[in-house]
Amino acid sequence: MNIVDLLFYFFAALSLGGGLLMIASRHPVPAALFMIISLVSVAALFVLLEAFFLAILQVLVYAGAVMVLFLFIIMLLDVGPDGGKVSRIKILSGLAGCLSFGILVVLLLQFSGISNAEVGSWQPIQTSEAVNGNSLLFSTSLKNFGYGLFTKYMLPIQVAGFLLLAAMVGVIVLSKKSLPSGEAE
Amino acid sequence: METVSPQHFLVLAFLLFAVGFLGVLIRRNLLLVLMSLELMLNGVNVALVSFSRTSLNLDGSLFVFFIMTVAATEVAVGLALLVALYKKRQSVFSEDISLLKN
Repeated sequence: MNIVDLLFYFFAALSLGGGLLMIASRHPVPAALFMIISLVSVAALFVLLEAFFLAILQVLVYAGAVMVLFLFIIMLLDVGPDGGKVSRIKILSGLAGCLSFGILVVLLLQFSGISNAEVGSWQPIQTSEAVNGNSLLFSTSLKNFGYGLFTKYMLPIQVAGFLLLAAMVGVIVLSKKSLPSGEAE
Repeated sequence: METVSPQHFLVLAFLLFAVGFLGVLIRRNLLLVLMSLELMLNGVNVALVSFSRTSLNLDGSLFVFFIMTVAATEVAVGLALLVALYKKRQSVFSEDISLLKN
């Protein structure tokens, strides 16, 4: 057992434990802090997978921006502990939940049935070229990431930018102080 | 990396997704439901990055980039909706929002 295995099991346990404690906690503030633990360990797993840029993004965007927003809203609304009460699951929704969970388990079992040779193991990363034929090669460098974003994924990145603009306008409209109906014009 | 195989990462991704799914199903606090949604998206991200690393193809990583963008957007809009709802109802619990229920 080498150091990479140990790190994998450590961070896997940390991310799962953080997630479980998050859904089990009685008060939203500790839940958000457990969620931060989980997100940072997922970033560490990205480092193990040699996706360094995504690890940085995970820490900055998720653990930084998103969870700070969550904590801000929790404290703004001053949500008290809900006693960890869970919702009563109706028969139909419970059945739907079990069914989709079962589909997931079947998919996972099917995938683990595939032999290691077919999945491929960890090959060393090519660093000489960014593109091989029509496919972008996995790389640790930011240059390849940017190259992919601005060639093959030009339209999606523009759509993502527009989505951010739409979300910004939407949030402003939603949180605007609503006028009485007579003055709405 | 010898013994940790891509399947290990996949099982972890599945478990993260399952924990988030459970949270969405059982929690009543809408803030926690939103956080559980984030956890599900994280599970998917782990799976995508491990596939991307195994097949030495950057497309999966670029997808994760877009998923992060959409997730951040979703959280911003979701929390704004939650604040608007709280102003109207003084509650963030899912069972108090039952206007559409028969």
